[in-house]
Amino acid sequence: MPCGNQTESMKTLVQCDFDGTITEEDISFFLLDAFAQGDWRRLLRDYKERSMNPEYKSVETKYREQREGFFRGLNNLDRRSFLKVSAAAMGAAAASGVVSCPSFQSVAVAGDTGASQRNEPFRFAYISDSHLYEKKINDRFARALLRAVEDINSLDPQPDFVFYGGDLAQLGRSTELDFGAQILKNVKAPLKMMVGEHDWYLDMGEKWRDLFGEPTYSWDHKGVHLVVLNSVVEKDFWTARGMSPEERMGTVAGLDNGVQSPFTVGEPQREWLKRDLARYSDDTPIIVFSHSPLYKLYKKWNFWTDDADEVQAILKRFQSVVVIHGHTHQLLTNRIGNIHFHGMLSTAWPWPYAPEGMPELTIEMNRPDPFNPNDGCGNGEVQVHADGLVDKVYNLWNRKPMTLSRAYTASWGSKGAPPRPNRASY
Amino acid sequence: MCNISTVAHVRFVLLCGACALMTIALAGAGCSREEVEVTTCDGTGKAMVARDDIGQDLADTLMAQWRRDHPDAHWVEQEKERHELKPPADNSDLLAGGQADGHTYGQHDKRDLLLWARETEKLVVEGSRIFHSADLLGSTVAVSCDMCHPHASNTHPETYPKFQTQLGRVALLRDMIHWCIDNPVRGEHLDPDGPAMRALEAYIMAQRSGTPMNYGKH
Repeated sequence: MPCGNQTESMKTLVQCDFDGTITEEDISFFLLDAFAQGDWRRLLRDYKERSMNPEYKSVETKYREQREGFFRGLNNLDRRSFLKVSAAAMGAAAASGVVSCPSFQSVAVAGDTGASQRNEPFRFAYISDSHLYEKKINDRFARALLRAVEDINSLDPQPDFVFYGGDLAQLGRSTELDFGAQILKNVKAPLKMMVGEHDWYLDMGEKWRDLFGEPTYSWDHKGVHLVVLNSVVEKDFWTARGMSPEERMGTVAGLDNGVQSPFTVGEPQREWLKRDLARYSDDTPIIVFSHSPLYKLYKKWNFWTDDADEVQAILKRFQSVVVIHGHTHQLLTNRIGNIHFHGMLSTAWPWPYAPEGMPELTIEMNRPDPFNPNDGCGNGEVQVHADGLVDKVYNLWNRKPMTLSRAYTASWGSKGAPPRPNRASY
Repeated sequence: MCNISTVAHVRFVLLCGACALMTIALAGAGCSREEVEVTTCDGTGKAMVARDDIGQDLADTLMAQWRRDHPDAHWVEQEKERHELKPPADNSDLLAGGQADGHTYGQHDKRDLLLWARETEKLVVEGSRIFHSADLLGSTVAVSCDMCHPHASNTHPETYPKFQTQLGRVALLRDMIHWCIDNPVRGEHLDPDGPAMRALEAYIMAQRSGTPMNYGKH
């Protein structure tokens, strides 16, 4: 027994006694009285009174202390302390059995045979769907976003820009959005933002616009035209029901809540898109970002854009169109004519696959391990080729990254297929 | 003013929506215009009205007041509108004839079937409410079941019991519910036989209606 003053010559004796026989004095106690050095009875008393030493803490206490320390660190989040806090977040993830995989594999540019060489290949990274609650309520989602920022900041070379795919907040509160903005400030590369329904329906985007500007915009980069849409416009379901802004937000925040309306891009944005694209020739590569998939997958979870057909019609004349979307929190691939669709991973949690209507090109990711809070989550990067088509990299935390290559969607799935899952969704 | 000392109690049962009972007390004589005090049976709603108003208008007024005071009165319908549920099995084949004569066991009418369906569904609907609410579930980090399991997908109750490798033992659905409560939800365990656990299990199993049982499936 390691009690009292141990000397070099002292031997450690381990005695196990489980049987719990009822006696006036335990036999072990006699042994300890006879052989243990120091006041072993005081140790027993301290143990029983839980005042022994700080290592003897309940899981709950440890968790609470860890969380409090984490949030204390977040209070002053400049560049230096960011590194410290995010390292701690990674450390906690590793300690809880989550192995941090080497961030990104650098993606080799595949042979661009037959591609028009109008633009210079480039690469950007993405983070999406962090669903932050305000500080103090939930640290897990905050840790995950910090981890994603850390992943992307450690990319070498740095991507041309980082795209955020929407749903930064969970309930659209200004405290949540401020918190997210504070974390995202630490992204080293230029940051482009998109809005999601969780950011919008408390104040109809007021706070989000204050922080990040208008949700619909476009720009040119190395010969590619990039467009960001707000695809989460819902028809007013709340006025007739007399809902408060909180009730409206709560309704939209439920993926399986059937009271809300389907997502749309809506007439004004479609008109804007037509005007925006008018000055580009048909062979300009186009990349469109939308929070919801710009096609109709599963209406009950709003894996759906109700006016997708109209938006697709506007994009039809272009030779190469790529749509990158959030909202679905999973590996998701589709192609409709000239338009190649890729989903983004969430940092917060993975969604199950829709029970029907899955696109043929989608290779599902293995069912996430429920015992690992980061499994099935992650971030990623997009390698844009000279012809405007992309390799889409899913940087899955706790798994090998998966790449959905340009060759895969260009060949309608006959070339370059990634491995299929052996643990399908239920 | 009317003197209400000579009140004659007349009870009417008004079937309006939620079946609130109302007691209508007739105010006594001595008034130039006879008035009636109408009270809902739970005593929360009261109104004095001219006797001529008795009728549907009166009932509607009180019912509207009662509904304002009880916004959750239609919780079953409201929850079903929010979160689609699979309906319980159709038992209408039991109404058909066959060997019914002289045999009391198995004699059921439409009313029985309706009762079974409604009562069963009510437990499932209560489960749906808990499943979709971090507060009802008691989460300390605002996490509810539907955040990972919309419409209870990926809960696969038909695969239990099975050896849960991560736990090192055979798990039932309720063990996994408790696992979720411990970990992502960070709440307190439910009483295994308590109403919340019963309702959650009911909802999760109801959502997999039609899926073959396949215990031990990984």
